[in-house]
Amino acid sequence: MSAMDLGATKFEAEKLFQRKRLIGFGIPAVIAVYFIYIFFAFDLPGLAGRANLDNAVTLASDSWSYKVHVTRDNRTGEISYAVEGERKGTYPEGQRPDWVSGDEVTTIDLGRGHIVRYLPDNRTEIEIPGYQLIEVQAQGRSLTTNLPADLPDWISASNRRVGITTPEGRITLTGARTEVFNYFAGWELFWFTFDSPYHGQSLATILFGERLDPERSNLSGAFSDWWNNAMWRHKDVAWAIGETILMAFLGTMGAAIIALPLGFLAAKRFSPFMLLRAATRRLFDFVRGVDALIWTVVLARAFGPGPLTGALAILITDTGTFGKIFSEALENVDQKQIEGVSSTGAKPLQRYRFGVIPQLVPVLLAQILYFLESNTRSATIIGAITGGGIGLMLTQAIQTQKDWEEVAYYIVLIITMVMFMDWFSGWLRGKLIGRKD
Amino acid sequence: MTETTFGNAAQTVASIQSSYVAQVQRRRLYGGLTLLLFVILMVSGFNVADSRNAGGFWDGLHQIGDYPADVLSEAWEKRADLPALIVKYFPALVETINIAAVSTLIGAMGGLFLSLMGTRGLAKWPRLIPLFRRISDIMRAVPEIVIALVLIFVMGGGPVPAMIAIAIHTAGALGKMFSEVAENADMKPVEGLASTGATWSQRMLLGVLPQVAPNYVSYALLRFEINIRASAILGFVGAGGLGYELRNSMAWGPGRFDEAAAIFILLFGTIVFFDQVSSRYRNRLTEGKGQ
Repeated sequence: MSAMDLGATKFEAEKLFQRKRLIGFGIPAVIAVYFIYIFFAFDLPGLAGRANLDNAVTLASDSWSYKVHVTRDNRTGEISYAVEGERKGTYPEGQRPDWVSGDEVTTIDLGRGHIVRYLPDNRTEIEIPGYQLIEVQAQGRSLTTNLPADLPDWISASNRRVGITTPEGRITLTGARTEVFNYFAGWELFWFTFDSPYHGQSLATILFGERLDPERSNLSGAFSDWWNNAMWRHKDVAWAIGETILMAFLGTMGAAIIALPLGFLAAKRFSPFMLLRAATRRLFDFVRGVDALIWTVVLARAFGPGPLTGALAILITDTGTFGKIFSEALENVDQKQIEGVSSTGAKPLQRYRFGVIPQLVPVLLAQILYFLESNTRSATIIGAITGGGIGLMLTQAIQTQKDWEEVAYYIVLIITMVMFMDWFSGWLRGKLIGRKD
Repeated sequence: MTETTFGNAAQTVASIQSSYVAQVQRRRLYGGLTLLLFVILMVSGFNVADSRNAGGFWDGLHQIGDYPADVLSEAWEKRADLPALIVKYFPALVETINIAAVSTLIGAMGGLFLSLMGTRGLAKWPRLIPLFRRISDIMRAVPEIVIALVLIFVMGGGPVPAMIAIAIHTAGALGKMFSEVAENADMKPVEGLASTGATWSQRMLLGVLPQVAPNYVSYALLRFEINIRASAILGFVGAGGLGYELRNSMAWGPGRFDEAAAIFILLFGTIVFFDQVSSRYRNRLTEGKGQ
């Protein structure tokens, strides 16, 4: 090798290195520039202003705790006790939480020396350690207080409304009513509401104890009261999850059934007519390109909201995807097996049955089962748009912006559902076509 | 002696044949039962879905075309406005694509980290492999809409909640696919680098990444396609971009169908375009052409 060759080779090598260096630094640089552009395009600096941290705090604390409302109606003087302030969670007549006491004067002990007293004539006294005794008198629509002019930031007061937030609970006073919110950890009334005889009973009592409701046996009564729990709506939730899985199942399987014959039409080896092949392929591209979102919108107009609409949207979109995958799988079928079968004198249909299908089935099943899992997630999302299944319940719970413990419950259920479907489809795949690893 | 052997053999053939026939029959029976079960599930499932739907399947079937026909006819009447509308909604399209692109990038980085941490032989802390696998399982299992809705409540509407939601799901999904690729990576370069005293990050960067990069990029491109769809859908629940505009124009109903049509066209065109581009690049990457 002459010196000139060596020089040229060295030059080549240097050029190569230079190019690699350029790529090595260039790609990260491009990504960084893109991130900077996004930083401003998405208005991240302005996000801090728009974000509502109070919302985040409410969300985080409400998702694992519940509050009991003690409300005095200032017109009638009646005091009611309700979990989350909902009618379904109201304490039955004559019962009240044990941290409330007194008849003439109702004393609410929020804990750690925080005490609220509902006095006659719509007067209220609030004792907070380290602060003066707060006295409020409600009259008509206005309030008179003994609060000084400069208030700490946990008290907000006007002559219409006073709000006091303490670590032990919240107090709001208006002319019409006085309300105390006492917070506790946990999901209250998850099993039974107050109107059920099983509320507050231990598991052992329900299982082995005496009959609590003379009409029914403990086990069936407890189950039916839990199933029909008005606060947590276990029955509706179970139905919603069933609907979501049903959407995924119907959509996936329906798409597979429709896509299989169409896949033959689109595969070069099995479809002699070029025009038909091209038309089928364009059809696949079209239904895939329109996307589940638009199909959902269009189908919801024809069928109304519900699980069927979601199932059909998944079905149509996935027909395109499956058709594409199936026809590709068909084109990669090994010819030798078909030749072997036809050498035994098999007719065309038998050639398909014993030459093609056995090669195809593992691929198809693997894809179908993978899509079954992934469509469970899609069905949740489509349900939120078209109104069906657990997706809708989640959207509704978030939009009411108060039942965060229900939101947390639904999120846990959704994740469990998807992980279950993931496991189930993996298990079924293992059973049907054997594990690869 | 020979006779008995012969007799035995004949008996064996007969028994083999009968057991084979029995096996085939049993298999047919199982196959038939499975098929029957499947058909029952499909039919009853369809009936349940039909009864819980607001409108019935058979009533709605002939109405499928109505809405698209309304939209198309109105859009055709106002076809002169269509180019202007497409220009008007182009920024929303850019936002939708940006959401998908950023979340794919961030998700790919997260997935890369999760996959390296969760692969036997590569993990920096082998004891934590199950932990990282569970993390990526959970991230994968969360539908985007769950995180998006919660974040919209906290941050207000806009692209950022959608971006975070899609990025989390992408990280989990890519984490799993990446680690399947990384499991098959050749360990020799890594061992070679280790013998020179390379740190963990150097071993990964120089020993593993060059082997797996084509597959990783191919998976990330596939994910980008999926994320464009996801970001359009999340827009529909309030996260900005094209989906948001689509919901607004649909809420107006007749009279604004030309806008809906413009958005349909943009969305369809974008999805098909990125589908084609990414599938071409993916073929090149995985089949090793082009390089």
